[in-house]
Amino acid sequence: MAEQTITFTIDGVEVKGKAGQTIMQAADEAGVYIPRLCAFKDLTPHGSCRVCVVLVNGRPQASCTQPATEGMVVESETEEIQKHRRNIIDMLFVEGNHFCMFCEKSGNCELQAQAYRLGICAPKYPYQFPVRDLDASHPDIFIDHNRCILCGRCVQASRDLDGKTVFEFVNRGTEKKIAVNAEAKLADTDIDISDKACDVCPVGAIIKKHIGFATPVGRRLYDTEPIGSDIEKKN
Amino acid sequence: MDKPKIATASLAGCFGCHMSLLDIDERILKLVELVDFDKSPINDIKEFTGQCLVGLIEGGCCNEENVRVLRDFRKHCDILISVGDCAITGGIPAMRNGIPLEECMNEAYLSGPTVYNPNKIIPNDKEIPLILNKVFPCHEVVKIDYYLPGCPPSADTLWEALVALLNNKPLDLPYELIKYD
Repeated sequence: MAEQTITFTIDGVEVKGKAGQTIMQAADEAGVYIPRLCAFKDLTPHGSCRVCVVLVNGRPQASCTQPATEGMVVESETEEIQKHRRNIIDMLFVEGNHFCMFCEKSGNCELQAQAYRLGICAPKYPYQFPVRDLDASHPDIFIDHNRCILCGRCVQASRDLDGKTVFEFVNRGTEKKIAVNAEAKLADTDIDISDKACDVCPVGAIIKKHIGFATPVGRRLYDTEPIGSDIEKKN
Repeated sequence: MDKPKIATASLAGCFGCHMSLLDIDERILKLVELVDFDKSPINDIKEFTGQCLVGLIEGGCCNEENVRVLRDFRKHCDILISVGDCAITGGIPAMRNGIPLEECMNEAYLSGPTVYNPNKIIPNDKEIPLILNKVFPCHEVVKIDYYLPGCPPSADTLWEALVALLNNKPLDLPYELIKYD
């Protein structure tokens, strides 16, 4: 049986998707980019970062989890939604310790790239300068909690793709952090450098050692083109 | 009519942003046609000679002298710009913000691996500006009008911003010129 096609609009542009797709999946295929931080192609979306929130028939919904339905009216790049996205990115920057100038991930970082795409020159909230630790016990991988945005990608990737459950969230609210499944350190877990969990971090919180600043400035992922350009080129 | 004046200062920074300003290459000749430099390390003028159109601030505030200079700039500059990540976020100096000040001083002057300090003295002369308990971004001390991120902001970023402001145009940086590294 042929898949049922559904038609809806994003910012007034007609988008065709398949029944059962989320708004984000249909938008991606149609060449419309909706900004995101926690959603990742091989993982189950869970709508936690709220960057991909759009207005569906006037109500805010996470586009990574909301199914697309016939005739829905989606608003994404409106001033109101962009302001909301800016606020989230601003808050993520001030609640961690994001020192882009010496981060190996800089230029390939999705948090930074979202800020670039939104044209953010400085966050409007006061910096929190939280005290967070760094776990460099493993010979090949380190976790820098200063840069973690708690997207949960590593938790899911380790559990669903690697079948290991190396990472888990602990604590609540401002105390929430990523913990490792061991008595003490990352070195005591069964994580391996070839694990998918090492590749999914959108920021520089989980970094592979011995690579450093491999790509020169100017040739990194988001140096010249905004994040989402690959999707928008399909249009 | 007199040329508009610009002033610059490096607070808790590394002078890299000033280097980037010099990196505008031959455009510096055009800049000199467009503006006069007032208080700035570039010409070594120590005190303001009058009101300036633009003030460029590099570095955040790590001691009381930084705060005094920053307030002086706010008073004398119509438009005050935070230049570079240290001015905007506190930058590298702000890495000490999570560490108690006493621990920082001990590491720097007493127990650090390369320290030679036989008399065990932590500098505390009244001539030395008093260090603050933490490093503050400039906009947490005074009102800042524009932000030019980067470590340092590229020469093009600085040039585009200055030319726009001097010509009364809105400051609208293209994608490639907003960078945090």
